[in-house]
Amino acid sequence: MIGIEHFLIVSSCLFVLGVLGIFLNRKNVLIILMSIELILLAVNLNLVAFSAFLGDLTGQIFAMFVLTVAAAEAAIGLAILVIYFRRRGTIAVDDVNRMKG
Amino acid sequence: MSSSILIIVFGPLLAAIVAGLGNRMIGNVPAKLVTTGALFASCILSWPIFLAFVAGDAVASVTPVLDWVRSGTMEFAWALRVDALTAVMLVVITTVSALVHLYSWGYMDEDPDQPRFFAYLSLFTFAMLMLVTADNLVQMFFGWEGVGLASYLLIGFWFRKPSANAAAIKAFVVNRVGDLGFMLGIFGIYLVFGTVSIPEILSSAPSLAGSTIGFLGMRVDTATVLCLLLFIGAMGKSAQLGLHTWLPDAMEGPTPVSALIHAATMVTAGVFMVCRMSPLFEMSPVAMGVVTFIGAATCLFAATVGTTQWDIKRVIAYSTCSQLGYMFFAAGVGAYNAAMFHLFTHAFFKALLFLGAGSVIHAMHHEQDMHFYGGLRKKIPITFWAMMAGTLAITGVGVVQLHIGFAGFHSKDAILEAAYAQGGEMGRAAFWIGTFSALLTSFYSWRLMFLTFWGKPRWGESEHIQHAVHDAHGHDAHDHHAPTSDGTAGYHPHESPWVMLIPLIVLSIGAVAAGYLFGPAFLQSASFWNGAVAYNEHLMHAMHEVPTLVKYAASIVMALGLLGAIYAYVLNKDVPAKVADQLGPIYRFVYRKWMFDELYHYLFVVPAFWLGRVFWNKVDIGVIDRFGPDGAAWVVVQGAAVAKKVQSGYLYSYALVMLLGLVAAISWVIFA
Repeated sequence: MIGIEHFLIVSSCLFVLGVLGIFLNRKNVLIILMSIELILLAVNLNLVAFSAFLGDLTGQIFAMFVLTVAAAEAAIGLAILVIYFRRRGTIAVDDVNRMKG
Repeated sequence: MSSSILIIVFGPLLAAIVAGLGNRMIGNVPAKLVTTGALFASCILSWPIFLAFVAGDAVASVTPVLDWVRSGTMEFAWALRVDALTAVMLVVITTVSALVHLYSWGYMDEDPDQPRFFAYLSLFTFAMLMLVTADNLVQMFFGWEGVGLASYLLIGFWFRKPSANAAAIKAFVVNRVGDLGFMLGIFGIYLVFGTVSIPEILSSAPSLAGSTIGFLGMRVDTATVLCLLLFIGAMGKSAQLGLHTWLPDAMEGPTPVSALIHAATMVTAGVFMVCRMSPLFEMSPVAMGVVTFIGAATCLFAATVGTTQWDIKRVIAYSTCSQLGYMFFAAGVGAYNAAMFHLFTHAFFKALLFLGAGSVIHAMHHEQDMHFYGGLRKKIPITFWAMMAGTLAITGVGVVQLHIGFAGFHSKDAILEAAYAQGGEMGRAAFWIGTFSALLTSFYSWRLMFLTFWGKPRWGESEHIQHAVHDAHGHDAHDHHAPTSDGTAGYHPHESPWVMLIPLIVLSIGAVAAGYLFGPAFLQSASFWNGAVAYNEHLMHAMHEVPTLVKYAASIVMALGLLGAIYAYVLNKDVPAKVADQLGPIYRFVYRKWMFDELYHYLFVVPAFWLGRVFWNKVDIGVIDRFGPDGAAWVVVQGAAVAKKVQSGYLYSYALVMLLGLVAAISWVIFA
C-alpha cells in the first residue's frame, strides 16, 4: 500500500533536487528556471497528497492555482531569458553577475 | 556745552558710517567731504571748550548718553565727561585729526580705496574721543580697544603689502599684552572699590593707604598692584620699553596715519590714562618709581636708536617713543600737568614732523631712505620751513631768561625741572637721563634735517626715483636726458599740493606758539586743572627754585646736539661712518634697535611656532584627526570592503543566503 509517507518522500526529494539545481548549477539560467518548476511541482505533489489523505479538495484547487502561476512564471521567465540572451549573447550563470558590488 | 560734546564725539562716528558703508553709493569726493567736514565741525566745537577751561570759567560736566549695564551691584552707563584733562585731549585729537583728514586729500589722492581710508580715520577719531571722555573704566576700555582696532586697520591699510599686514598683526598682538594688564587692572579695581566709575574710584583712592591684596600668592600693596596693572596697559598703548616693538613697524601704514595715530593721539592714550588715574598712582610710590624708570629708560633707548636709523619715518617713530618716555617720567615724578603739557605740544610738533616727512616722501616718489635725500631745501621750501619749525620745537629752542621759545622748549624744560625738583633718587636719575636724551633728540632731529635738506642731491641712486624718471621717459621718448652728474638722475622734486601744505602751516603755528600761549595754564594754574589730575602745588613751586644750571641744561645740550649734527653731517661727512666703524658692536647693537626684535623672536615667536607645530603635528594630526574623522572613515572603508565580498552578483549565492535565512527563521519559529 502506498501511504502518505511515500508521497512526502518523493516530494521532498524533488524539492531538494530543485534547490540543489539552483545552487550547484553553473551552466545556464534555463536550468534555474527548470529547478524552480521542480520545486513548485514538489510543493504541488505535497498539496495533492495531503488533499487526498485528508479528503479535502482545497489542496487540489490550490495545486491548480500553483500550476497556473507556474505557467505564467515560466512564460515570463523565458521571455526575460530571451531578451537577456539578445543583449548579452550568453545565458551562462557565471556571466550573470552585473550586480557584483 | 552738552549738545556740542555730543556732536564732537558722535559726528565722526556718523561720518565714518556714511563713508564706510555708503562709499559705493556716494563716491569718493562726498565720502571725503562728509568725514573731513565732521572732523572740522568737531574741531571748531572743541576749541571753545578748551579755551573756556584755560580762561577758568568752565566747570567739569558729565553728559549722560545711554544706560549700559545694570547687573547686581555693577552699574555703569555711557556718559561723556568733560573736564580740563578731557578738554586738552579734545583739542589735540580733533585738531590733528581734522588737519590729517585734509592732508590725506592730497597724500592719498591716487589711492583707489579713499572712502575706506577716510572712514577708518573718522572711526579712529570717534574711538579716541570715547576714550578721553570716558566717565568709567569700561567705557575707557571700549575706546582703548576701538583705537587699537582702527590702528590695526590703518597700519594694514595697504593690505596687499605683506609687510604692512605683518606690522598690523604685530601691533595688535603686542597691544593685547598691554590690554591684558589693563583688563586685570579694571577687574582689580572693581574687586577693591566695587565700582568702575572713575570719579568714585579716585575719591576713594586715599582709603587704600596701607591695605594689601593677595596677588599671585603674595600679599602686596593694593594701590601698587592696581597701578602697575594699569601701567602695563599704558605701556602697551604708548609703546614703552618692552612693549614698544610695534610702533616702529607701524610706520608701514600711510604717513597721515602715522601722524594722527602713532604720534599725536593714540600712543598718548597711555599717558592720558595715567594722568586720569593720577590720584590712584599718588597712593603708590613704588608704582610711581616704576613709571619713572620705564619712562626714562624708554626715553634713552628710543633716542639712541633714533640716531642710527635711515628711514625718515622710523627716525620720527623712535623720536615719538622717546618723547612718550618724557611724558611718563614726568607723570612718574608727580608732574602730571607737565606730562599733559608735553603731550599737548608734542601732538603739534610731532604731527607736523610726520606730515612734513609725508610731504618729503610725496615729493620723492615714496622714497623713505635718507641715503637718497639731500639738498631738498630749495626744491620744497614750504615743507622745509614747516619741518624746520617742527625741529626747532622738538629740540626745544628758546631763550631761558625771557622764557620764550618754541613749543617743546616750554614743555621739555618743565619736565626736566620737575624731575630735578622732585628730589628723589629716581627723579634725579630721570633728570640726567632726560637731559642726555635731549642731547640725542637734538642730534637725531638735526641729523634728519641735514640729511634731507642740506648737502648735494643723492636721489639718483634711488630705485623709486629711477622708476619715476623712467616712467616720465616712457611718455616722452624724444627727450633724451644726458646722464646727469649732479646726483638727481634728471628728477626734480615737486612741492606738495596746497591741501597738504595748509595742515603743515597750521601745525607750524601750533609748534611755534602752543608752548608760549598755554604754558602758564598747564603749569602754573591749579584752577585750570581743578582736580582733573593730581596737581602737586609743592612740586610746581619747587620747579622754579632749581639751580640755574638745571634751567639751562636742556638748552645747552640742544646746542651741543646741533653742533654735533652740523659737524658730522654738514662739515665733515665721513665722520658718521668712522664713528660707526670705531664703535663697531655698540653701533650695530643700537642700529639693530637694541636687539629687541631678535630677543622677542627667540623668546616668544620661535617657542610659539614650536608649540604650534607640536599641537599641529602631534595633537591635531596625531590624535584628533587620527581617532576622529580619519579613524571613522577608515572603519567605514574596511567594513565596506568586507561587505563588498558578500555581494558576489551570482544569483545562486543570493538564493543560498535566502534559503539559509528561511531555514533559520523557520527553526526560530518552530524550536524557540
